[in-house]
Amino acid sequence: MSEPAVFNRIREEIAENPVTVFMKGSPIFPQCGFSAAVVGVLTHMNVKFKGIDVLSDQDIREGIKAFSNWPTIPQLYVKGEFVGGCDIVREMYQSGELQKLLKDKGVPFAEP
Amino acid sequence: MPMPAAEIERLIKQGIPDAKVTIEDLRGDGDHYAARVESTAFKGKSRVQQHQLVYRALGGRMGGELHALQLTTAAPE
Repeated sequence: MSEPAVFNRIREEIAENPVTVFMKGSPIFPQCGFSAAVVGVLTHMNVKFKGIDVLSDQDIREGIKAFSNWPTIPQLYVKGEFVGGCDIVREMYQSGELQKLLKDKGVPFAEP
Repeated sequence: MPMPAAEIERLIKQGIPDAKVTIEDLRGDGDHYAARVESTAFKGKSRVQQHQLVYRALGGRMGGELHALQLTTAAPE
């Protein structure tokens, strides 16, 4: 079975942007509480990221779920690697694992 | 569409037989749940892989019928 064409677009996005969030709405106006929570964590840590609004792109919306084998939005990618959804991001932030991951991957952040 | 907590627990245990499942109905509306799942099946797996096992047990309902399920997973100490 050949893979969906949208996978290549997803690969390009996550290769181009060190930190990518597939989310509902934009980082300025998230359209869902879970997306807002992930944006909140990254903003709080002063991490530069690209938000991709899946609501404005049905191919990406369905494609990203298949790509990561993950049924929900938001989804956080760091340096091309799937990190998790809202619960995992929150848990990793609280335990310090997210900070460690960003540091290990060479992504700048600053905790207030 | 709301889904009873007992049904979520049943599905998880069906997919992960030794799972210890605790479910909290966050708003009392049968639609926003928090689940904690503990299983030896999670040993040596990343959080993403652990959640994927639970999602697989839920058989595609996550993100559909089940809109809001906060998930915490752990392997027993």
